[in-house]
Formats: sequence, C-alpha cells, structure tokens
Amino acid sequence: MALARACGAVPTGISATVVTVEVDVARGLPSVGIVGLPQASVAEAKWRVRSAVENAGLQWPASRITIGLSPADVPKSGTSLDLPIAVGILRATEQVPEASLHVDGLALFLGELGLDGSVRPVRGALAAVIAARRAGVRTVVAPVGNAADIDCVPGMSAVCITDLPQLARVLSGQDSGCRVAPVVTGTTRGSVPDFAEVRGQAHARYALEVAAAGSHHCSLVGPPGAGKTMLASRLAGILPDLDDDLALEVTSIHALAGQRPIGQGVERRPPCIAPHHSSSAVSILGTIRGSHPVPGALTLAHGGVLFLDEAPEFSRPALEGLRQPLESGTVSIMRAGQSAHLPARFQLVLAANPCPCGMAVGRGDGCRCTSVARRRYAERLSGPLLDRIDIRLAIAPPAPAEAAADPGESTSSIAARVRQARERAAHRFSGLPWSVNAQIPPALLRRQWAPDASGQSLLEQVSASMTSLRGLDRVVRLAWSVADLRGAARPGADHVAIALGLRAESP
Amino acid sequence: MRRTAALGRYGEDVAAAHLQAAGMVVVARNWRCDAGEVDIVATDGSTLVICEVKTRSGVHFGTPTEAITPRKLRRLRHLAFRWLEANGRHAPLVRIDVIGVVQAPTGAPVVEHLRGVG
Repeated sequence: MALARACGAVPTGISATVVTVEVDVARGLPSVGIVGLPQASVAEAKWRVRSAVENAGLQWPASRITIGLSPADVPKSGTSLDLPIAVGILRATEQVPEASLHVDGLALFLGELGLDGSVRPVRGALAAVIAARRAGVRTVVAPVGNAADIDCVPGMSAVCITDLPQLARVLSGQDSGCRVAPVVTGTTRGSVPDFAEVRGQAHARYALEVAAAGSHHCSLVGPPGAGKTMLASRLAGILPDLDDDLALEVTSIHALAGQRPIGQGVERRPPCIAPHHSSSAVSILGTIRGSHPVPGALTLAHGGVLFLDEAPEFSRPALEGLRQPLESGTVSIMRAGQSAHLPARFQLVLAANPCPCGMAVGRGDGCRCTSVARRRYAERLSGPLLDRIDIRLAIAPPAPAEAAADPGESTSSIAARVRQARERAAHRFSGLPWSVNAQIPPALLRRQWAPDASGQSLLEQVSASMTSLRGLDRVVRLAWSVADLRGAARPGADHVAIALGLRAESP
Repeated sequence: MRRTAALGRYGEDVAAAHLQAAGMVVVARNWRCDAGEVDIVATDGSTLVICEVKTRSGVHFGTPTEAITPRKLRRLRHLAFRWLEANGRHAPLVRIDVIGVVQAPTGAPVVEHLRGVG
C-alpha cells in the first residue's frame, strides 16, 4: 500500500546515531517484521507500538508491515524508536500527513510508548538531539519529560507531547504541543562538600587552588587521617563551570552511561569520579561491548576530576593505562577489528599513603614497614606516571591548634579566584588550541611562554638538580598558574619559587 | 459449533465464487488427506493455487487473515505437494492464497484476497 519514513536515534556508546525508520505497509498476511539489527528492546517495539496505536483510538493496519532501520548494519537498542515506528505507521496508512505546520518531514522523534498510548521519556535524549543537529534536523518531537534535554541544545526547537492522540493532532497541524516551562538546570551536581569544613592545611589548600587554576594533575601523600580524601573530594567544587560545548558532551556521556536521571537537561558543574581501588582496568579505561564503546571512569571524568584514592592499590594495568590519556586527552581502545577513541581530558588527583602502614612521615619513627616493603609500595606508582603529575604534595595531619581553628575559606570564594585566573589564561591563549596552563606545549615553554628574566635565572640554578627536562617544564606551567592567581602578567622569580615548592615534595 | 461450521461453508462458497470471478478454475473443494484439508484447489492458468479460506462474522477477534500462522502456511505448502502427488498432476508454479471473508450481521460479505502469501 504505502511506504513512509520517520527519523529516530539510538544510543551507540558515548554518542547517538540518527536512524531512518522506514515503514512499508504492503498487502499480505498481517505480520510485523523489523529488520536492521534490532536488539531485544527494539524488537519488542512491535508489541508496544501496536497496543499503543490501538488503545489510542488509531487504526492498526491488518497488512504485512516491514519496518526497516537504516543504517542497517548498526545494532540498535533502547526504546526511543517506539515513537518513530508509530509515526511511520501512521504516515504510511495516511492517518497523518508527511509534514505539517509544526513538524517538518525531517523532524526527529524520540519516545517510548506505553501500551495505553502514553509517550514516556527516554534515556540519552541529549545525545540523540546532538546527533540530530549534526544531521541537519531542527525540530524534535519528544515526550514532555525530555523537554529539558532539547531546550539546552542551541538551535533545536522542541514539540512536546504526552500521548499518541496528541501526536496525531500535532502531526495534523491541530495542536502545537505542550507548553513546558523552561527547567533551570546546570547546578544539580551540588553534592560537592565545602572547603570551609577543612581545618588548617593552608599549604594543601593553596596547592589545590593552583591545581584548579591551571588544571594541573596532583598527588597527595600523607598518613591515614591527614585529610587527603577530604581535600581531594573538594577540588571539583572550586573548578569553573564547563563551557557550553563541553557541558553538552559531558552531560550526554553521563546520561548514556546511566549516571544521570532522565530529563535533567545539561549539567555545567564538572564531574568528580572516584573509582574504588579494586576496580578492574576495563572499568577504569573503558571497553568495547558488541560494536559500541562503553566509557570507563576516565571518560566519565572527562572535563572534571578523576580521584584515585589509595592509588598504589589500583591494579598495574589500570594505573599504566592512565599514561596515554594524561598526554593526549583521549583513550584509544583497540579490539580485533574495531577501535574507539573516547574523550578523557580529566584532572587527575592521586592520594596515597607514604608506606603500607601509613606512618612513614617526618622522621618516620612510627613506621613498622621494612625498607623493602616501603620501596615496593612506592614503586607501584611508576616513574613515567609520576612524571606526569605536576603537583606533589605531602600532607601532614593538622596540628591540634589548627584543628581547633576557625573554619577555612569557603569553596565559593576560592572558586571566584580560580575563575579569574582561568579567564586570564583563556584570554592569553585565545586563538590557540589549548586554554589552560597544564596544556602549554613543551617547545613553547622555553620561548614564547617562558618566565621573565628573574624567573629564568632561578630555573637555571635549580635545573642541575631536576631529574628531567619534563620536570622543569612542569615547574614553568605551575609558575604560570601561580602568576595567574596573583594577577601577574608573566611569572617571575617568586612565582617560580612557589612552583618549585609545589613540585619538589616527592613522596 | 454448527453456526461456525455453517459460516465457514458459506465463506468457502463466497471465496469460490470470488476465485471464478477472478478468472480461476476451481478444481477441488475440501480435499482431505491424512495431513489435513485444503479448502479450495484452483488453477490460475498453469499455476496451481492452494487456497485457504477464513471466515469471520466480525473483526472483534482480529481480521480473518491474521489467523494464518507461519505453521499453518507450512502445512499448506506440504498439502499442495500431497495434492499433486495424489492426483498425479504436475504444475510449473504453485501458489498459496488466503481469502478472508467477513460477514457482518447485515450487508454483503467483505472479501480480502491475498495472493502468493508463502
């Protein structure tokens, strides 16, 4: 009888793929066949769609129905194709026109159908909308519960519906969809604890402020109870908000990974991911399941903080797997016949005890470990990994006087200084491929982005005792962040000296 | 049971008339063997047509053609060869047709003829 099309999208790993749903309603024994690699949840759509169409008072054709999902070689899962399949059937049987006042022929349809004809929100709608925008789609027809996911993508207009009868009215031009009040989104990740709760630890607080200003990786080493975890878990709170593109990317990755409730719109606060040290290397680095990539902790921490507490206890493959992403900002996963490149530009925070018993601080009088045990423990964090850490911080337990002191400076006032420092750096690097001090390429650190003359002479004095040229580069990057926080135009000798202090305290 | 049997018989009459009106020749009706029954055997030119008739008095329990399952189609294909074998005939092409007849309480029967369904 007729052929019709509707546009949908399915999640494929950390992004979505736009799918053209073709519905052919032909003469023949009544049956429904779905082709184009439907996984179980998509294959079940035929039962949901049929009940929904009939219970919504619309006609289900007693014909041979073939539903083709293109591109046909991409496995499709999820329930978001229910709505485009229903639209294809309604269009093929001419119960609704191909295009109407509010919905053009290219529009994207997203939604799961209930047997009663209601349209329910789906997971990963944001990624679907982003993929659709790239494909030239401008209108999205989606359930009311996903309205926030569409509003936060610039240039996309949402037509929100609650059930199939309303969809039929919208497609016939008799309805313009539900009015949904704009949802205030962006600060729902408000669970980060406040710096004001940290007593004392002035040095560590300042080091984390520098780390946040320049997006530097850092390691915190100290005995149990010193406050390593307390400090590290507060770092995400002083980082500036994510910019528009990064916020969309990060939010859609988290939504597809099931880390966010449905229909929350975009999240602007950087994430803080803290995997347990027993986590497998695969869960940290990510993998490929079937033909789609599955993000690991590195990719979930993209744009934010990856906090590895008890870092030496992590498995060797997990720790060594960090090296490539720390340099390149992506994690490349290869399997026989396929590969995936997942974004992984995160700020790494390692926390470790100085030795297995944790007491080897100061003179190390309380330590019961043998020298061999202590060395083995330290060796678990390899040299190449530690070489990529800009800030190495030794943390001592606060003295009793400090612990009784007034509350420290709050997260919000530190965050304000960090934001100013970041803006200063972003302005300086405008037009360049990087925007934070930690990413200045090594070659330019000795020419265009070198410290001033006084800073240079101090660097030359200490260069003899520095282990590697790369270590020296990291001091210069840190000096830039210190200078940014102080409002200096170029780092001088005092900034370099502070940077050396943040760098030199090796475990 | 008697009512549905009578309705079925009536539907087959309607279907046979429909096939003849469409230019086919009805060769046999209600042909039986141990594997089952063929409602109508007809020829359309040189093609042998094995025709299954489904009659309903309404569509509340689905359209008549919906009642044809893949299993029934397999049986019909088997029956086609059994009929050719039993009658010593050959046919270059064999086709399975399904005719759905809906007889509402009043009015003319509605016939739906699906050709070559399996």
